[in-house]
Amino acid sequence: MANFYTDNPDLRAHLSHPLMEKIVALKERNYSDAEKFDYAPVDFADAMDNYDKVLEIVGDICGGKIAENAESVDHQGASCSDGHAHYADGTVENLDLCRKAGLMGMSMPRRLGGLNFPITPYIMAADIVSRADTGFENLWGLQDCAETIYEFGSEEQKEKYITRVCQGETMSMDLTEPDAGSDLQSVMLKATEQPDGTWRLNGVKRFITNGDSDIHLVLARSEDGTKDGRGLSMFIYDKRDGGVTVRRIENKMGIKGSPTCELVYKNAKAELCGSRRMGLIKYVMALMNGARLGIAAQSVGVSEIAYREALQYARERQQFGKPIIEFPAVYEMLSVMKAKLDASRCLLYETSRYVDLYKAYEDIEKERKLTPEEKAELKVYRKYADACTPLAKGLSSEYCNQNAYDCIQIHGGSGFMKDYACERVYRDARITSIYEGTTQLQVVAAIRHVTTGTYKALMDVYAGMEFSEQLAGVKTRLAAMVEKYQAAIDAVQAVNDPAYTDFMARRLVEMAGNIVMAYLLATDATRYNSESMTKSALVYANMAEAEVNKHSSFIAAFKPEELAAYTKA
Amino acid sequence: MSLNIIVLAKQVPDTRNVGKDAMKEDGTINRAALPAIFNPEDLNALEQALRLKDANPGSTVTILTMGLPRAAEVIREAMFRGADGGIVLTDRVLGGADTLATSYSLAQAVKKFGNYDIILGGRQAIDGDTAQVGPQIAEKLHLPQVTYAEEILGIEDGKIIVKRRLENGVETVKAPLPCVITVNGSAPDCRPRNAQRLMKYKRAVSTSEKAHLTDDQKAFIDARPYLNIDEWSAAYVEADPEQIGLPGSPTKVKAIENVVFTAKESLQLENNDEQIEKLIIDLIANHTIG
Repeated sequence: MANFYTDNPDLRAHLSHPLMEKIVALKERNYSDAEKFDYAPVDFADAMDNYDKVLEIVGDICGGKIAENAESVDHQGASCSDGHAHYADGTVENLDLCRKAGLMGMSMPRRLGGLNFPITPYIMAADIVSRADTGFENLWGLQDCAETIYEFGSEEQKEKYITRVCQGETMSMDLTEPDAGSDLQSVMLKATEQPDGTWRLNGVKRFITNGDSDIHLVLARSEDGTKDGRGLSMFIYDKRDGGVTVRRIENKMGIKGSPTCELVYKNAKAELCGSRRMGLIKYVMALMNGARLGIAAQSVGVSEIAYREALQYARERQQFGKPIIEFPAVYEMLSVMKAKLDASRCLLYETSRYVDLYKAYEDIEKERKLTPEEKAELKVYRKYADACTPLAKGLSSEYCNQNAYDCIQIHGGSGFMKDYACERVYRDARITSIYEGTTQLQVVAAIRHVTTGTYKALMDVYAGMEFSEQLAGVKTRLAAMVEKYQAAIDAVQAVNDPAYTDFMARRLVEMAGNIVMAYLLATDATRYNSESMTKSALVYANMAEAEVNKHSSFIAAFKPEELAAYTKA
Repeated sequence: MSLNIIVLAKQVPDTRNVGKDAMKEDGTINRAALPAIFNPEDLNALEQALRLKDANPGSTVTILTMGLPRAAEVIREAMFRGADGGIVLTDRVLGGADTLATSYSLAQAVKKFGNYDIILGGRQAIDGDTAQVGPQIAEKLHLPQVTYAEEILGIEDGKIIVKRRLENGVETVKAPLPCVITVNGSAPDCRPRNAQRLMKYKRAVSTSEKAHLTDDQKAFIDARPYLNIDEWSAAYVEADPEQIGLPGSPTKVKAIENVVFTAKESLQLENNDEQIEKLIIDLIANHTIG
């Protein structure tokens, strides 16, 4: 039986990043929990050993039962009857394993029953779970809704709900409605306050992942007569109270083990979480950022399984008297798949480290005043996290779709049949670039970091890092790419038309992503002294350079008046 | 009711993943080439013990293992999964034991516990495949035994109810406590290691492992009694030197033969329906198919 953590040395390498020392010290408040909890670490080495050993448990369960169950879960799927959603048998078994292994509420504090893990090892677990069963990652990964209760809920709510999440109860975030998808300002679900201070929810939600969960976060309209986002608040609905039924579940193309529900709220009792009117503008934004990082991890897991399935088939399949991996057409495809996988993984963990740092400072800020230096760091890391999250979600999800496509291509005719895992991977991959904000919406979130220079600032930081001798050439080429990127931004901004910037936004964001990932892959390959990452860095640099040139020449040659040809008649 | 449960566990070479250097020239197992693992059916037994503990609050699950000092690994593994602690029965004079000497030594150790309600173990270990040790311990302790157990259904009026997996079906039996139960591989898998327990117990050490630690590390262990894994010697369990180790083992290996499986029988058929039909009837008759 494989262990999906130990069979992938890149994971241990990423976990060993030098910034971890700072992250862990902040998260562990200089290891003060050790006196209160018998499972708390006493120092940095101890904490790192804990992450490593717990990830080994994750890898063991994932490489064993969860991967084994993936096919039957896909075939059986979730079902709906009597107003409830029901998991496939394999999913029930997977959840039971994760509960018994204590892998729920991983990032929650110990006083609430959690493991107090930083985001980075938690995200690594998500990466591993997704490789085993992409749809199951959704159910397991919804534990990060607890983060929202932890950040914005009352102490009473934290003790009531987060402890239950740590015990293994599942969560959902009920945001989407039939007329409020990407445009959440249009949410209609009505919340009415009762004399006793509790609320009642009435209305319908649609496309709710794990919508029959134990604890729901619900976005609802608390302010009568309002029409926009400022009239929305966040609520907690407890399934034990009743009032919500599952009307139907969607018949989906992929992630079939994860029930996607249509929910009917009939006078469902709920509690307000945080302040009124802040539901969308503050809490959902925070919730979404966490969820987007989760989807980036899910996407990396998909890229991993797609690459591995393709590699194995290419080694085994013989044509013209030799394994097909020996043909340039095939090994080129495989090396590009690997480069995309490695690049998106580097960006995933870079992002998770920034999230870890700013969240740790924010949490400390609740206990004491931050020093001016700490405040400044908090601001920078939050900006980096804000900039990297849409980039990671947007590009990694596109890459995992490309990898799933190429995985089938390498399987040839067999890949089109239901006999190999690749067809499931292909279907499961497709949603990643759609939910938690489409790639197009990630571009909307990312473009301001193009125009305000956050990505450029990151590139400058990376350019000052160490590059191995083999990658010295990549460093020079990257400097040239940065110049082209800057020239493209200047050209677009010179037109001084928001519609024109929006039109070019995807290209600019992709350029930024290509350059940032090429830098990360090269510097990580150097830092971890990794031969396989070095190869990927060379392959990725070639690809990134070609992409940057493509966009650069498109933008340079484009005349604003040509825009008319693209607009609807 | 709260129960004191002893789980017999053995650290064994992983014979399920045998490479070409798994055997030495003389036909014995090359233990150095095979990873040491928790005997799989002992894990099934541990799961049954932990389910009893879950259902009967206040119960304790203690692992008893005989072997080299490094068998403490098995106890740590069991603690990560839910066991309360364990004992390593280890002594040079215990080495070279056959099943008779092994069951005698373990029975002596069980007597040393004094207070116990249930002794659970796997049906057999994957290195010897004898399935003799559990039953022999029961005989030596004059306890009832239930073999081939697949599921413990519960305890009623001080009697344990056990479902047994037999060749052609299942059988449910009731036994008075204390008793010995050996568990089949068809029983539910053992629960996984638990993250919090792993972080809590990862530093648990046996007496001889502790001797190699620094003073700081020793002080850390001393402040946390649950991290100590006791080692018992043959003398401590009051074992008769004549009944343990090599002297206590009447089994002598006469010779070891290297058997290579080859296909011997073959049947020539004419390519016609009658012959094929006859073959199918024969295969059904001798239960090869159907």
